[in-house]
Amino acid sequence: MLLVRCPWCGDRDEVEFSYGGQAQIAYPPDPAATSDEEWSQYLFVRDNPRGAFRERWVHTHGCRRWFELERDTR
Amino acid sequence: MDEHPAFLWRSPEPRRSYEVVIVGGGGHGLATAYYLAKNHGITDVAVIERGWLGGGNITRNTTIIRSNYLWDESAAIYEHSLKLWEGLETELEYDLLFSQRGVLNLAHTLQDVRDGKRRANANRLSGIDAEWLDPDGVAEACPIVDVSPDVRYPVLGATFQPRGGIARHENVAWAYARAADLAGVHLLQGCEVTGIEVQAGRAVAVETSRGRIAAGRIGIVAAGHSSLLAAMAGLRLPVQTHPLQALVSELYEDVLGTVVMSNAVHVYVSQAHKGELVMGAGIDAYNSYAQRGSFHVIEDQLAAALELFPIFSSARVLRTWAGIVDVCPDASPIVGPTPVAGLYLNCGWGTGGFKATPGSGWTFAWTIAYGAPHELNAPFSLDRFATGALIDEHGAAGVHH
Repeated sequence: MLLVRCPWCGDRDEVEFSYGGQAQIAYPPDPAATSDEEWSQYLFVRDNPRGAFRERWVHTHGCRRWFELERDTR
Repeated sequence: MDEHPAFLWRSPEPRRSYEVVIVGGGGHGLATAYYLAKNHGITDVAVIERGWLGGGNITRNTTIIRSNYLWDESAAIYEHSLKLWEGLETELEYDLLFSQRGVLNLAHTLQDVRDGKRRANANRLSGIDAEWLDPDGVAEACPIVDVSPDVRYPVLGATFQPRGGIARHENVAWAYARAADLAGVHLLQGCEVTGIEVQAGRAVAVETSRGRIAAGRIGIVAAGHSSLLAAMAGLRLPVQTHPLQALVSELYEDVLGTVVMSNAVHVYVSQAHKGELVMGAGIDAYNSYAQRGSFHVIEDQLAAALELFPIFSSARVLRTWAGIVDVCPDASPIVGPTPVAGLYLNCGWGTGGFKATPGSGWTFAWTIAYGAPHELNAPFSLDRFATGALIDEHGAAGVHH
């Protein structure tokens, strides 16, 4: 089991958290001007690196706050 | 000691160019190479494998075979695959321990019941064998399932596909490898692809740990590593790589004569010919390329198994492991051409690729041979994520994503 570091509560077991995927995905600034291809990228395509990955977690069974961390996926 | 058995395939030195290079020596890659040779007469083919043949998901899955998917597009390709399974031992002249012992998909809620009946009806309209069983029918098909009404997740019924079943997965890899080798395909193990050379929008060669290999056409069939290989050609895929865990028990007498799956409590289990209970779990939620997962996932899976099968309470776990699976947002695969000429993609089978091995290889070989989608894989195009023509199979996938 992963030990996840919550910035407010410290190191806690993974089961207290939920996973939120890649961090820093911005909503399209002008939805009406966003093409199908750009929507597709926003909705469905994420980085999938083998190595360092910047991602979001939420401390569901703790302080319930979202935060970012960097994790090695290897 | 017996004499060491004859090797099933050769290990040739790489040539400097091939008509077709398949990246990935798993089940789907080996099947693709075999059908290129058999169906299309293309034998100037190399299968390039970073590790060893059949060392990835083809030998890490829970060996379940079925075709009872909801949507017509999926039903068509999985049923094509199941029909190929039904003749595969004869065709490849190899014992695959293919056993059509039936697959139960249990329903535990009213919504499960509605979904299951809908799926069984959809299957029958597609010409696929499917039945709806009430709890008594479930008990008859599988006496050790607890169908009493007072448990936390009572069994309210199940879909049943009698033609579904299991096969011994490593034999499948070896059989395809042997048949491809006999047809003249080069199987190159211990050969890592480190780059894909693209000239004027066309893929022309792969850089490997054993040198540059030119290729007329390149097929990427690399499961969990598909994103990394596609990136070498400048492509970004709607694929995320997750661990998927499974376990086996110690060997027991025959207690389970069919395959039982449950989405709601989340376990799928069968008993292998040797006697071990083979159980699969859900994916670990986070992305990972490590072939291991978190133990609490195994714990949840066993809790589900004990709820359904009280008899398993005295069973002991022998081994747990994980494969890394390539999951698409709609739980359906991507098979077909890419925006890079000469580069073809077969990935995204996620948590359910084993059953598709023959059909995936058969249709992908067609696509590589003709440079175009086949009728059966055309719906599974990369551009469906922009057109919106998604094929949502989360309900039929059997694995919580």
